[in-house]
Amino acid sequence: MFYREAGDFKTSYAADGQTFPIAFDRWRYFAVLAIAFLVVPFTINEYVASAVLIPFLIWSIIAIGLNILTGYCGQVSLGTGGFMAVGAYAAYKIMTAAPELNIFFVVLLSGGVTALVGLLFGLPSLRIKGFYLAVATLAAQFFLVWLFNRVPWFYNNSASGQINAPDRTLGGFLITGPNATPEAKYLFCLVFVFGMAWLARNLTRGRLGRSWMAIRDMDIAAEIIGVNPLKAKLSAFAVSSFFVGVGGALFFTVYLGAVEVGEAFGINKSFLALFMIIIGGLGSIFGSFAGAAFIVLLPVFMKNVMVGGFGWPTDIATHFEFVILGALIIVFLIAEPHGLAAFWRTIKEKLRLWPFPH
Amino acid sequence: MIGCIVDNNDQEEARQRGRVTNNGSYLMKFMKFTSLMVAGFMAATPVMADLVFPSLSYRTGPYAANGIPFADGYADYFTLLNERDGGIGGVPIRMIECETGYNTEKGVECYESTKGEGSLVYQPLSTGITYQLIPKATADGIPIHSMGYGRTSAANGKIFSNVFNYPANYWDGASIAIKHLLELNGGDLNGKKVALVYHNSAYGKEPIRTLEELSKKHGYTFTPIAVDHPGQEQKSQWLQIRRERPDYVLMWGWGVMNQVAIQEAANIRFPMENFIGVWWSGSENDVLPAGDAANGYKALNMHNIGSDFPVFDDIQKYVVDAGKAAGAGDQVGSVLYNRGVYAAMLAAEATKVAQKIHGVADITPVMMRDGMEALEITEAGMAELGMAGFGPEFSVSCENHGGSGKGKVQQWNASAGKWEVITGWIESDRDVIDPLIMEDSKAFAAENNISEGCS
Repeated sequence: MFYREAGDFKTSYAADGQTFPIAFDRWRYFAVLAIAFLVVPFTINEYVASAVLIPFLIWSIIAIGLNILTGYCGQVSLGTGGFMAVGAYAAYKIMTAAPELNIFFVVLLSGGVTALVGLLFGLPSLRIKGFYLAVATLAAQFFLVWLFNRVPWFYNNSASGQINAPDRTLGGFLITGPNATPEAKYLFCLVFVFGMAWLARNLTRGRLGRSWMAIRDMDIAAEIIGVNPLKAKLSAFAVSSFFVGVGGALFFTVYLGAVEVGEAFGINKSFLALFMIIIGGLGSIFGSFAGAAFIVLLPVFMKNVMVGGFGWPTDIATHFEFVILGALIIVFLIAEPHGLAAFWRTIKEKLRLWPFPH
Repeated sequence: MIGCIVDNNDQEEARQRGRVTNNGSYLMKFMKFTSLMVAGFMAATPVMADLVFPSLSYRTGPYAANGIPFADGYADYFTLLNERDGGIGGVPIRMIECETGYNTEKGVECYESTKGEGSLVYQPLSTGITYQLIPKATADGIPIHSMGYGRTSAANGKIFSNVFNYPANYWDGASIAIKHLLELNGGDLNGKKVALVYHNSAYGKEPIRTLEELSKKHGYTFTPIAVDHPGQEQKSQWLQIRRERPDYVLMWGWGVMNQVAIQEAANIRFPMENFIGVWWSGSENDVLPAGDAANGYKALNMHNIGSDFPVFDDIQKYVVDAGKAAGAGDQVGSVLYNRGVYAAMLAAEATKVAQKIHGVADITPVMMRDGMEALEITEAGMAELGMAGFGPEFSVSCENHGGSGKGKVQQWNASAGKWEVITGWIESDRDVIDPLIMEDSKAFAAENNISEGCS
């Protein structure tokens, strides 16, 4: 009944090649956009914005970034936390060096800096694969965190090594700092999420994305048919790091406002991003969102139900959070090893035939 | 009186509920379902007059061993005030506990979820979370009390209007430790080697600048040695100590890092009496795992230890025996439990001052801030609370949010299984610390366009 192609006629190549070829899918997508842009900003409060939605949006960008590298190009990376740190520290240095620069460009520039650093750490991928590459990117994680801890220039010689995001505006609206309104922060992140998800979706459908997938599926075969592995792998590292860097910059400037590198961008962040794309679905933009929602929203929701709803002691609730989240991850990986995106695909197939499955 | 208000509220609510149900029970059911779903993400709204004290605690994770006793002490003192005195100034206290796990993101979530409840003062017990909250809470007009942690330069009240770190801060701690060493060495540390084993975070880095300044003044050589979060692996650090043979080792550690460091020090047979921890590295949970090997280990403290105070009899009677103790109820009298009690006592005293200044019993966070700024702790005042000699005497002013900056040194007696205080109150070296505080707070003000207050 839903998601049927019957009666949905295409009269041009452009219409045939569009991202959402099924009309119902397309309308659902527009509805989600309309709600996110036109309804949510008028209904959120500070708590929902800064504890639920903003981290979800930022983690979505990061998950998409890692998905480009790992899901589309097949290069396993454990350096996500380190690249987030590059984005954050680049944003801090740019913000303090050029105070009049618009925050929008600060975030984009930080992504650019991270892309360069990612390119550098992507070089070993030309020689090593699989687990060995994972270890090389792990080295990036530890090296970058160590660097930002060790060299005082990165945190402007402050006594504690913390970096603080000063107030910055966009078109007269405060985006960073404590006085920024939740609506402004939310919309700022949402614009980035929309733009970058759109970019990622179109990149992966184009020539570049196809060369990434060719490398992922079989690099030797890809090389024989004319895909340049140097270009494909390095471009995947650069684009992925750009996404992660933008995410890291938003994480620091909009979401937290003050970070220290070891705590905010440690190895656990790299694992978290990897869990997101594995649970959400490798090689899927929707999977990145689903994975980010699963990892970010579920603990907050469970905490509020158990502590706020049932009035349990906070420590027991936290322990239960770990237990439930862990159990859910195991169940999901057994029931649907290809992630939530594959689960969603199955649901779509069923919905197509529903209610007459034969 | 308050009971009546509650009853009225309940009746009112029931009446409203009845009316709506009559109008359309089907719709109501749907609304109830959605509101339940929404409630998952929302916090409840306050109903009656109460004084809200959020407790951003951590009872899980690598810092739980230190987080639990503090949270228990903080909760038990407020329970005591509720049970014995009916709250503060006749208004009952409501304490909201929120688990942070010493994690800044969870700390932000906790802050956002509790600030709408009328929270009077935040004590996050984490330097990282304090750094997060300083700008946010200042913008929201809610005070922060980072007692002996957080941003040291917040002692300058002219710039940090809403942040308090009395009675002592990290730089006081560093100076007190060095003064103790001076005392042991007849006032001369020339040619001595002092190493600092520190948690590689904002917390651990805070004392470095002070210790560097003091090394210029007193002529010792200073070596900082970083330990990364959470600090379970310190073999290489202690190998370095073994190689460089410092005369004294100071430690800025927290959580599991303390236990590991003391064990490692014992393993390399470092003389324990030359190993001094800050007040966050001096609880029973830190020394007990090393057993007899920890004997002689020293730590600073900003308040007294043990349960030989009349207030503990009341806690036993009204809280523990009544089965209302927080957590497992087994921490009473431990060092960090006492610190929790001390933190709660200072908050309660500031509340009393605020009530007196504004003539209102049900105070707001803004009034609470005024109360904290006018707080004066005297010997007589503490004796009245059943806590004679528990902490130093000090007073807070608009310019000085840092208190007196005094501390004591305590030493672990492994055979007796308890800490023993071995010095009186040691005053920190204000000549060195005050200019540093000025410098750092001015830099913060310049970076964030804050103009000086208090004129």
